[in-house]
Amino acid sequence: MKSQIHSESNDSVALFVTCLVDMFRSSVGFASLRLLRQAGVTPQVPTGQTCCGQPAFNHGDQRTARAIARRVIDAFEPFTQVVVPSGSCGGMLRLHYPALFAGDAHWAPRARRFAAKVWELSEWLCEHGVALNVALPSCATYHHSCSAQREMQVFRQPLDLLAQVRDLEMKPLDAPEACCGFGGAFCVKYPEISGRLVSDKLADVARQHTEYLIGGDLGCLLNIAGRASRLGQTIKVMHYAEILAGMADAPGIAQPRPTT
Amino acid sequence: MIRRSPQAFKQAAGAALQDVTLQQALHRARTGFVAKRAEAVQACPDFEAWRDRARDVKDAALANLDPLLATFEAAVRRRGGRVHHAADAKAACQAIVAICREADARLIAKGKSMVGEEVGLNEALAAAGFEVIETDLGEYVIQLADEPPSHIIAPAVHKTRRQIADLFARHHTGLTGRRSEVGDLVDEARQVLRAVFPAADVGITGANLLIAETGAGMLVTNEGNGDLCSSLPRVHIMIAGIEKVVPSMAEAADILQVLSRSATGQPITCYTSFYAGPKRAEDCEGPEQFHVVLVDNGRRALLNSEFRDILRCLRCGACMNHCAVYQSIGGHAYGSVYAGPVGAVLTPWMYGPAVAADLPQACTLNGHCADVCPVRIPLPDLLRKWRNRLHENAVSAAADRYGLAVFGWLARRVRAYRFCTRIGSWLLRNVFGRRGVITRLPGAVGWVAHRDLPTPNERTFFTQYRAGRRS
Repeated sequence: MKSQIHSESNDSVALFVTCLVDMFRSSVGFASLRLLRQAGVTPQVPTGQTCCGQPAFNHGDQRTARAIARRVIDAFEPFTQVVVPSGSCGGMLRLHYPALFAGDAHWAPRARRFAAKVWELSEWLCEHGVALNVALPSCATYHHSCSAQREMQVFRQPLDLLAQVRDLEMKPLDAPEACCGFGGAFCVKYPEISGRLVSDKLADVARQHTEYLIGGDLGCLLNIAGRASRLGQTIKVMHYAEILAGMADAPGIAQPRPTT
Repeated sequence: MIRRSPQAFKQAAGAALQDVTLQQALHRARTGFVAKRAEAVQACPDFEAWRDRARDVKDAALANLDPLLATFEAAVRRRGGRVHHAADAKAACQAIVAICREADARLIAKGKSMVGEEVGLNEALAAAGFEVIETDLGEYVIQLADEPPSHIIAPAVHKTRRQIADLFARHHTGLTGRRSEVGDLVDEARQVLRAVFPAADVGITGANLLIAETGAGMLVTNEGNGDLCSSLPRVHIMIAGIEKVVPSMAEAADILQVLSRSATGQPITCYTSFYAGPKRAEDCEGPEQFHVVLVDNGRRALLNSEFRDILRCLRCGACMNHCAVYQSIGGHAYGSVYAGPVGAVLTPWMYGPAVAADLPQACTLNGHCADVCPVRIPLPDLLRKWRNRLHENAVSAAADRYGLAVFGWLARRVRAYRFCTRIGSWLLRNVFGRRGVITRLPGAVGWVAHRDLPTPNERTFFTQYRAGRRS
């Protein structure tokens, strides 16, 4: 921390890792750090962070959601920018935190100030520019998460970044606006409906005949990769940060890890 | 109409997913409605501004509801019509039954009306001994099938052409031969229904808007059956929710330009009719009596609630057409007159959250509905408000609430949280799923029913970060 005093002075960038990345796909977090560094900043990772509180918020437990949100806002207070490799957590931080504290004289302004410094990773990288030097001779399709496209207005950004990956051919899905059926607790509470939605998504993916399915939200990707694994459909599912950071050779989500 | 069992939704949804015929019908409807709306909107560069305008028009009217209704009523009276106020479903049915009795009616020709469905009008009229024939083609089909509508604007959208052909062959015994082409089926229905209009004593229609200034009700249809219901029978009864009132024709125009584009993708429907008052001396046709039944049925209470925004709803059906869940299970699984996102907000209000607790939960919060709503109703926010209520009143599942309580406790205690995630990650990687996925896991039955659970690819991020890894 000591060596970063100069960058914290007016333009300090902190990574919000997200609980799913922390638990299920730490490489996405490290890829994010690598990309931010490539873009010329020295990202910090506040150690007080756990989860954004979205599970509680979407369940209707506002009290718990607020309690978690207060801790997040505190933990990121010293930083001028908060970057998050997820449209869903990003939407929670930027859109729903201010709503959560509406009418609270102390916390509402803090939540609004916090929200104003939240960036989805691809959005940040596009805005600030990043020189990528990565090649992937392959083809891929992209799953736009609902929260990225509708809550964060992030749609073009990951595609623009992936367009810089040499030899990577991108093929769009037929229905890029369709939900994959994850929906947080929805997929566990209504497994049949969720199963149908993710099957439809995978059928769309299969029609594109690509080696990779890339996305920006780990919830969706765990859902899609988990269903592909159950169906025996071979597709390498990865977060765009991993691809951009040159980690495309690692096993995809739900694929066997090399035995070490 | 409503299935009053908390388990009903899951069972009905499960059955709908297995119903091959229904799935075919839904697939066709999904592609049709969505593509047509998209095309219509693309042709209007100002559509987003029109949505803002329509929202503002509705909000302003709702803020001024009672004065507008009074103006409307005075205008209807001036034209020689009568206005009846119905506080609830029962009162609405009673008022209409009374009008029909007074008119010595036998046969009633009915146009499509969602509020009519909401108050159970057909059942009430049948119980009072009247013969009611639905004259909207879709409504007619489901009346023959003895089913409730499954969609706001396309009530028989769940039926395939073959099912309709079978239904007609069974009911239209006076006609020769079984027809199966769409055009022939429409002709057949027309032949049967045309005879109904002149024979009917009473015509009942709904209204898309009530124009306060003129005392007219506006109705949009593609079949013209509304015009026949309103002009040929001796008595015309219009039933409408109180939230349908707008000040003048200018506001009606603001609503019209977003309504049919959102619903069917048409710039305007084939018929846009304004019904005002009974036949005048100089008119060559029209009803002898004109009645308007204004239905509250919970709407004023809604106006003073956190769900107020839902009263802007134009009943266009765009939210259900674009809803991933509706597209998968159709309308009947919702067990309510109103299906899809709007139904998930209205049904718990109408019937109580306990019997409809699943509806606000059975949503991925993907936001597509709000994106296409012509009056910008924040449907996901309203569904979350229901979830808040369900949680506060302990209507949501106990396991969910305890699970969340534990998670919430941990999420606020970083050291305990890191300890648990480290252990969890290790267990998932080394005990449960050594091959990259977990296919069975007690405690995650919902997840592994249709999916494998991907295991963590490495130790947790924070374990590694603490150990010095930075990229």
